[in-house]
Amino acid sequence: MAAYDWFFDTVGLREWCNATKSEGTMSMADLLAKANGGAAETSWWEVPFPSLDTLNKSCEAVIRTRDFTASIEQAFLGVKDKMKVVLDPLTQPLSWMLDGALSLFVGTPWWLLIALMLMLTYYASRNVLVTIFVAFSFFLLAFIDHYTYAVQTLSIIFVCTILSVLMGVPIGIAMSKSNTFQRFTIPILDMLQTLPSFVYLIPLIFLFSVTESKLYGIAIIMYAIVPVVRLTDLGIRLVDKDVIEAANAFGMTSRQKLFGVEIPLALPNIMAGINQTIMMALAMVVIASLVSAPGLGTLVLRGIRNLELGVGLVSGFAIVLLAVVLDRVSKASLARINAAQSH
Amino acid sequence: MASDYTLNKASVPAKVVIKDLYKIFGTNPKMGLQHVRNGVNKTDLLDQYGQVLGLRDINVEMGEGQITVIMGLSGSGKSTLIRHLNRLIEPTAGEILVDGVDVMSYSKSQLRELRQSQMSMVFQKFALLPHRSVLVNAGMAMRIRGEEEDAINAEAYKWLERVGLKGVENQYPHQLSGGMQQRVGIARALTSNAPIMLMDEAFSALDPLIRTDMQNLLLELQKDLHKTIVFITHDLDEALKIADHLVILKDGHTVQQGEPQDILLNPCDPYIEDFVGDINRARVLRARSIMLPLSGELPSDTQGQVDHDDTLESIIARSGGDISHGFIVTKEGTPVGTIDMTAVLKALVPRISTDTGVRNY
Repeated sequence: MAAYDWFFDTVGLREWCNATKSEGTMSMADLLAKANGGAAETSWWEVPFPSLDTLNKSCEAVIRTRDFTASIEQAFLGVKDKMKVVLDPLTQPLSWMLDGALSLFVGTPWWLLIALMLMLTYYASRNVLVTIFVAFSFFLLAFIDHYTYAVQTLSIIFVCTILSVLMGVPIGIAMSKSNTFQRFTIPILDMLQTLPSFVYLIPLIFLFSVTESKLYGIAIIMYAIVPVVRLTDLGIRLVDKDVIEAANAFGMTSRQKLFGVEIPLALPNIMAGINQTIMMALAMVVIASLVSAPGLGTLVLRGIRNLELGVGLVSGFAIVLLAVVLDRVSKASLARINAAQSH
Repeated sequence: MASDYTLNKASVPAKVVIKDLYKIFGTNPKMGLQHVRNGVNKTDLLDQYGQVLGLRDINVEMGEGQITVIMGLSGSGKSTLIRHLNRLIEPTAGEILVDGVDVMSYSKSQLRELRQSQMSMVFQKFALLPHRSVLVNAGMAMRIRGEEEDAINAEAYKWLERVGLKGVENQYPHQLSGGMQQRVGIARALTSNAPIMLMDEAFSALDPLIRTDMQNLLLELQKDLHKTIVFITHDLDEALKIADHLVILKDGHTVQQGEPQDILLNPCDPYIEDFVGDINRARVLRARSIMLPLSGELPSDTQGQVDHDDTLESIIARSGGDISHGFIVTKEGTPVGTIDMTAVLKALVPRISTDTGVRNY
């Protein structure tokens, strides 16, 4: 006799319970109980919590937790095809961009790509020390034959960061303009930020085939877009109210105000958001190697899977080096912007 | 009270007229307005109905080419009032007429047009664009209107030089001192070439010496430009120095308005007596306010001539402290009245001593 039989008996649901009685799968505990000649009367001290599984023992009409999760899976699979019709073509350009950038980065000769990257670094940061550090890092990575992997990782971060900024900045601006939109967006951002990164991948694996690059592209963008959205919103809200009032008093249109005052004054915050976005994209691109994202992450995965300690450690170190490079370059350009408008 | 005041100088047409203006902040301003019209005061309105009274029954006429100073302590609603003129704050009820047209009837684009070319504004905290050079800041209004870059820069250079900022055009606001930043603020307002200039506590953030400089600069500019200036301040000395027309606000309503000399000599409210008790009357009052108008012959027992705009301080200095002296008052060279030292001394005595404790107002 199960613990909550009395409940269904007293409420008068016994008939409803028995109507759906069927010989379902039996748990080990049930089998053991049967073997011991029926369950003993449970004492009040050991009354189990009335969870779905416990109630199911007393009344088979109540679903079990594994039925519950299975029904969610079924529901998702049910709408999956319809979602795919919309999402597939919508996200297809992402695959092209990722694949295009990947072949472009890998296809460019190493000496040309490194030279271009050093020029870009110097242009963005105007800092000789940072440029020398970047050069040193790339030569080191190339010397230990991690150059191709690093460049693959970099190309994915490059595409995902640009897309995150292109989508995140307008969302952040909209949030700063409308309190309603902000209230509605912040819980979504909170969720995206706290959801364990592996959990992102699960619905995506069902939606898209694992061989498609947009699968990891979407995962990275969803994870990395949060800081740039938040800091754009914050930056625009923090713009000096007096300056905004002056802009209004001289009759600026909303567009003049946005591009002439708000975005320039929010730029240090937006740049801080982009720095964070780059860092988060790097964190996610490593995890995304589980779903076929190329780059340094695959080496880490190999290290774990084959217990190749050296491979795992060296690629881990390479990721750290890449992270430091990206961080220093974006921080140096942020510092340059801050210096230009400090007051 | 003073609310039925109209501009009595027939020669000066009103540029801006505020009629029956009310402002109530809160969740239900219409309900609050009803209560205020029924005579509920500021404290009761907040306690019983949770609405904040901003402005009550404001009627002011601002003469063309004159400096109208709105004075009051913090919380009196003066900054709220000036923001109604260009509708940075929307009134709960009332009319704001600029050149006879009600600003309240303006559409969004008409309002923008008004702000771009009719009214310029100078702010207490300067509110310059920190990421733009002084030159670009000065040309802001014309740039918003979308004018030619060359014309903008020519105007900006001209006005920056006029306010004494030649040579710093390519610096950034944070590289300048407070006084210089506010000069940029004034140049920005002048470059817009708007006939009306709103100045919201424009000199309050500056230290006293710089403030005097800026007041002199403003008066000197006004001599040539004849703008319609609305100036907000909490400093009575400043108000008396620059005002053609003075409006005193308290708790959101006008306590008294008129020519500064009149207010000083005939304060109509203990609040104002308290205010004016603190100032150096000899420095503010002028011969014309207390002279006896000339009747018939010029008296022969006078010790010389003084101008009608001379302060009592300078007359006392002329007399060398001798109370038996008397002077002929002249206006542009012709005698218009007489003044004797007894009248001067009487004028220096406030109607109520400040020590008698009217400060609880």
